[in-house]
Amino acid sequence: MPTKRYTSWGRVLRAEHEVLPLESRGAGFPALGSASHVLPYGNGRSYGDSCLNPGGALLPTERLDRFIHFDPATGILACEAGMLLAEILRLVVPQGWFLPVTPGTRYVTLGGCIANDVHGKNHHVAGTFSRHLRRFELLRSDGRRLLCSPTENPDYFAATVGGLGLTGLVTWAEIQLRRIGNPWIDAETLRYGTLDEFFELCGESDRDYEYTVSWIDCSGGGRRLGRGLFMRGNHAPAGIQPGEYRPRALTFPPGLPVSAVNPLSLKLFNTLYYHRQRARQLRETQHYEPFFYPLDGILAWNRMYGPRGFYQYQCVVPGEPAREAIALLLREIGRSGMGSFLAVLKVCGELASPGLLSFPQPGVSLALDFPNRGEKLFRLFIRLDAIVGEAGGRLYPAKDGRMPAAMFRAGYPRWREFTQYLDPCFSSSFWRRVMEDR
Amino acid sequence: MKKILIVGATSAIAEATARLFAQRGDHLFLAGRDRDRLEAIAADLRTRGCRSVAFQKMDANDFAAHVPLLDAAEQAMAGLDTVLVAHGTLPDQRACQESVELTLAEITTNALSTIALLTEVANRFERNGRGTLAVISSVAGDRGRQSNYVYGSAKAMVTSFCSGLRQRLHRSGVAVVTIKPGFVDTPMTRAFKKGPLWAKPEAVARHIVKAVDRRAGEIHVPGFWRWIMFVIKAIPEPIFKRLSL
Repeated sequence: MPTKRYTSWGRVLRAEHEVLPLESRGAGFPALGSASHVLPYGNGRSYGDSCLNPGGALLPTERLDRFIHFDPATGILACEAGMLLAEILRLVVPQGWFLPVTPGTRYVTLGGCIANDVHGKNHHVAGTFSRHLRRFELLRSDGRRLLCSPTENPDYFAATVGGLGLTGLVTWAEIQLRRIGNPWIDAETLRYGTLDEFFELCGESDRDYEYTVSWIDCSGGGRRLGRGLFMRGNHAPAGIQPGEYRPRALTFPPGLPVSAVNPLSLKLFNTLYYHRQRARQLRETQHYEPFFYPLDGILAWNRMYGPRGFYQYQCVVPGEPAREAIALLLREIGRSGMGSFLAVLKVCGELASPGLLSFPQPGVSLALDFPNRGEKLFRLFIRLDAIVGEAGGRLYPAKDGRMPAAMFRAGYPRWREFTQYLDPCFSSSFWRRVMEDR
Repeated sequence: MKKILIVGATSAIAEATARLFAQRGDHLFLAGRDRDRLEAIAADLRTRGCRSVAFQKMDANDFAAHVPLLDAAEQAMAGLDTVLVAHGTLPDQRACQESVELTLAEITTNALSTIALLTEVANRFERNGRGTLAVISSVAGDRGRQSNYVYGSAKAMVTSFCSGLRQRLHRSGVAVVTIKPGFVDTPMTRAFKKGPLWAKPEAVARHIVKAVDRRAGEIHVPGFWRWIMFVIKAIPEPIFKRLSL
């Protein structure tokens, strides 16, 4: 069986995998051959090891990239699971439709959105991706095909959304898109100086703005602690045509010997970025690409962290303890000087996530990249884990490459129920890790 | 707006090319061996904006099916001005060495069926005084190598046939486009270790559409293969026979 080296977005783990063939959604489940377990692989945008299966096989879905049907009158779209969001957008935006929920990159597959039950800047009004998922087909390794929707096989539906690809192969899915008048966003960026100001802005924005998110400065304590930029926006009304949009695509060069992100560059960048606008409040009409996918403008930006790669730490802390926990996390991270400028703070709404293992819950989510510095970084993570765990929070498997098994099981109390729906031939590096010494 | 028949439409290169045709609103007629996959591809192309798309199950080795296929395509699209011949297999060279039967079967699939089909299409287009015939050959046809000379010799036959056909049809306004891809990462080459010389079907497809539109003669895809094959062809036989290419 052919083998190929695969890595994830964080580029920490690289491993040779056997590759199973997958040509069309109608074909049967491919024979496992000598492999003892398999995992579907979309576009490899998970950060840690949830999309990898060293010692086993991968089932790349890149050839499952066909549209099945799209009705421009209703906005119902069906396509195969390997389809990239970028391709969906290219088809539907000119016809007046948009993704109901989108993560921060459009280079992820539909299957990946389902497997991680992704969320976006509109979580407070739209919830997670799977709330807009009408149905999908699940192909199990024994050849069974299950049509799953909130009403048909609802148990498999709930296990598969957010199920990290472990319940079988999603071959195709049908989603409900959202109407738009044009590709533009009325966007506003506001500077804030403290965490309290951030929470105030959230409170006043979540009602009137469909999209809210914030960049936060994690580079130090004192005056810097808790300052950032708050971004909010709505789809622009029909009839607006602010100008021509010219997409740009730079590619980060390969072969950087060390991480470009270090305490010095971090402070420098964050200071410049924070002060990039003179006014406290900046309004502009932005094309949806830079608004939703600023990082997609630099292809392969993950190379910026050098050959050792990087980790992302994303947690969501529920309810009242969240404010204090976030402040503690920021203080801890600031003191370490190890963070990166890619730091995102977002308040998650009350809408329930349908998946047994869906990450979002009502509360506050903080996501932050860290260049891989080995042991020193792991010690920081353990201190962060303690704060998150204490506050009843949890970490996002799609971003994780290191959380302790106990932390996963505490954060996702329905994991035991989930195991009933595991496909017996499916596994991942992540799953084996968090199921250790059970 | 072209009216295009694609033979071997379920191949990865053909499908990627069909998407580009579909996106700009051409008419398409697909032929291939697997009905379910043709149906899935047709639905995809329709969604992407294809003006009209129909398909027919057909095995290119069934020579008697060629004329009815051309008739069906012409009828479905109310005309036919472009044919892309993309079907083929990658023979197991070692197995072929052990079996005359297998060798001849591979030659039939990769050369004779194409030649039979091209003969029919060429006569039609010549009568009409217009049309574009695009054929996927291979760099493997530029020189026989021990690692895949059954495939290579079949493709050499196709390339030579097209070269003659191009001359013959030039006066009548019919273009013959020979496309010679290098290594392409498709299901056909699944078993190979991929390196920097490998191209994606989507990239190859862009070259094909451009060549069809320009009515180019012979193209290497990607273009750098022209230079690689130039060098390979220039190696004198006494040296070449000692190489393990």
